[in-house]
Amino acid sequence: MSTIKELKAKIKQLEEELALEKSRSTTKAEPHGPGRDKIAKMSAEVVDSNPYSRLMALKRMGIVNNYEQIRDFSVAVVGVGGVGSVTAEMLTRCGIGKLILFDYDKVELANMNRLFFQPHQSGMSKVEAAQKTLSFINPDVIIETHNYNITTMANFDNFMETIRTGSIDGNGPVNLILSCVDNFEARMAINDACNELNQNWIESGVSENAVSGHIQLIKPGETACFGCAPPLVVAENIDEKTLKREGVCAASLPTTMGVVAGLLVQNTLKYLLGFGNVTEYLGYSALQDFFPTMLMKPNPQCTGRYCVERQADYQKKLASQPKEEVVEEKEEEIKHDTNDWAIELVDETNPEDLVSKVDESLAPGIKHSYDKPVESKGEEASETVGHTEESMDDLMAKLKGL
Amino acid sequence: MVDAATKKTLSGIPLLKTKAGPRDKDLWPTRLKEEYLSLIKYVENNKAADNDWFRLESSKDGTRWFGKCWHIQDLLKYEFEIEFDIPVTYPATSPEIALPELDGKTAKMYRGGKICLTDHFKPLWAKNVPKFGIGHAMALGLGPWLAVEIPDLISKGLVRHKDEKDGEDK
Repeated sequence: MSTIKELKAKIKQLEEELALEKSRSTTKAEPHGPGRDKIAKMSAEVVDSNPYSRLMALKRMGIVNNYEQIRDFSVAVVGVGGVGSVTAEMLTRCGIGKLILFDYDKVELANMNRLFFQPHQSGMSKVEAAQKTLSFINPDVIIETHNYNITTMANFDNFMETIRTGSIDGNGPVNLILSCVDNFEARMAINDACNELNQNWIESGVSENAVSGHIQLIKPGETACFGCAPPLVVAENIDEKTLKREGVCAASLPTTMGVVAGLLVQNTLKYLLGFGNVTEYLGYSALQDFFPTMLMKPNPQCTGRYCVERQADYQKKLASQPKEEVVEEKEEEIKHDTNDWAIELVDETNPEDLVSKVDESLAPGIKHSYDKPVESKGEEASETVGHTEESMDDLMAKLKGL
Repeated sequence: MVDAATKKTLSGIPLLKTKAGPRDKDLWPTRLKEEYLSLIKYVENNKAADNDWFRLESSKDGTRWFGKCWHIQDLLKYEFEIEFDIPVTYPATSPEIALPELDGKTAKMYRGGKICLTDHFKPLWAKNVPKFGIGHAMALGLGPWLAVEIPDLISKGLVRHKDEKDGEDK
């Protein structure tokens, strides 16, 4: 029989083990332990510890001149499924100011062929699971979640109100809504809300057979609204499939959804930060690698009352606006007033090397940036190394001894 | 797409006149009345033709509907609960009729037991906005779905008659 002392020691040991186990399980349940703290201001400093250095480098590259403004923007993502979750992650990693997520579904194991969600999250609501992961990736992003179906009367008013007051400071509307839903009803609900609120949004979709998708920028009154072209829903062979809902009978691929989410967020960044051309419609057909783009004008006979009102507003606005003058951007020439040392730059590249011949084998619109210089035959201009009998070790020792 | 029998059924369901959804405070009560009138007429027709197959009722504001539908096969009656919401976009989009107890039993169903209406019904609905109402959704949406799916589910043993189930329990 063990003594009291032995038993006490045993209890102590077990207590320690229990404490260790407990601390392990809490870190597992709450992945916020080893994450990072909030960062007050985006810095362009190039250090390993700066999560924004590569994004701010876009400024140095001359692509975006106001990247840090991304923190002032608020984006609503409706539908946090195969496209929406990836979209939300991309925006989070880009450091968007605020994300508002809407979804009423739960994470299921059947979702695991797509990106973002993980098996241990099954059973959790999608918005809750997404919020946890996203705020761990980037705690600077304000994430608001709404776990409900926007198409029902009980929730639609709240949805509208959230959009109307969803800006960073809460005094204005969200900057953009991204529709990542999988059915016609929800798209029409977003469309109705946006036409009524005069809110710009981008619709996205992946076909039920998983091999095509699209994004479409909708500016109420200016471009076609989602309800402007109802025959699309009925017509055969057009994007009809992209409008079907993605239920248990639909196929899905992480690739197509990732591509569409990428196109969607790229367009969103261009729209928000004002660089490049913002596309109004971009299709993606995976089987042919075909990316059609087009402009869609609003339908004057649209059955949506607010769409027709917005169209009238837009025409009025166009009529009242003076013609826009094209402002040419001039690149400032760098001038140096003093040059005491008479320093000048000498270009080492022969300009002829930069000119390339037209290559007939290339697709139209593509050219080589330079031609390979013709290999010179015969005598080299500079001396070449000779042959040696010395061993490798000798050579190494020789170099070292120099 | 629509056969003669369905056409006859369809012609017996009064068409609606008011284009209004639940968010149109002024006109929705009118539309809701029309829905009820149309449904009542349809159920009466069914009874007269000895083809009574569903009952529906709604919440007071008419945005939430529930009831029962039944399918008769080999002299046995199989009964299922129905439920659906009237979406804010109604009548531009049709109601999404759900049979929750069949959720997960067939591929022609979405999560929560919403029946798959895409191919056989949605184009028809889209062409007939706002004349079609809940009665038409039942006749052209749920009706054909039940006629195809239930015999299949019974043959696969996924749906069993309630007496049969009771017998096993005892």
